[in-house]
Amino acid sequence: MASDFDVAKTLDCKGESCPMPVVKSKSAVDDLSSGEVLEMVSTDSGSISDIDGWAGGTDGVELLEQEEGDDLYVHYIRKTS
Amino acid sequence: MSTDTPSTPGNDPPSRAELAARIEELEEELASVKDAESSGGDKMSIIATKGTLDMAYPPLILASTAAAFGYDVTVFHTFWGLDILHEEHSKDLKLSSVGNPNMPVPNVLGALPGMDKVTTSMMERRISDNDTATIEELIETSLEMGVEFQACQMTIELMDYDEDAFFDDVETGVGAATAVEDMAEADIQLLI
Repeated sequence: MASDFDVAKTLDCKGESCPMPVVKSKSAVDDLSSGEVLEMVSTDSGSISDIDGWAGGTDGVELLEQEEGDDLYVHYIRKTS
Repeated sequence: MSTDTPSTPGNDPPSRAELAARIEELEEELASVKDAESSGGDKMSIIATKGTLDMAYPPLILASTAAAFGYDVTVFHTFWGLDILHEEHSKDLKLSSVGNPNMPVPNVLGALPGMDKVTTSMMERRISDNDTATIEELIETSLEMGVEFQACQMTIELMDYDEDAFFDDVETGVGAATAVEDMAEADIQLLI
């Protein structure tokens, strides 16, 4: 799965279920600089809705794109502040 | 009898100066409200009262998730909810085999000796098979995210628990007033 984004960090959340993909994404984003993009790879089908909800309700993050592959859900999140 | 003309507030239209002063007053008030809003941040207050394996999950999952949203989260643990914060007991939380008609075990069999152990290990196997986080992982993660766990002092004494038996960073020596204060300031309050 090739991304169009300049990914600063990839977070592997494969095999983890709610709430870990969201919680670990938050910690990973905290470690980025403003403008950098986090790629988070999950096997949790709930992560599509959860990451969308989290990014929408949280200051300083922007959800750029979500991709669904073979039981794999990839999320691109930009730190905005 | 006074000969003064009684003042009749409300009848005369306010002067330009009065209006300007009123606008300035309101602008100051609005600024202070905005300040309070932005400096306070969002808060969530959870009261955790249950200590069964199934009921230990909701407060921890919601607390860690809200922390990821940027909420300041406080979880006040009281009665059986204390066991979630108890380092030893939290590893050994049980699922009751009776009282839940959705369980695959009929209540009449669930009441037999040792059945809680059976249903608990069944649930633990499912948790492991589904890669669901353990209670310990959720507590550690929540603490890392800045969630504040409080253990109710009255129930610590009622249950005769040692204050040192709780996870590090758990706040003891707090009571209902602390919980009410947190709830009053919180945007979300939950009793679980």
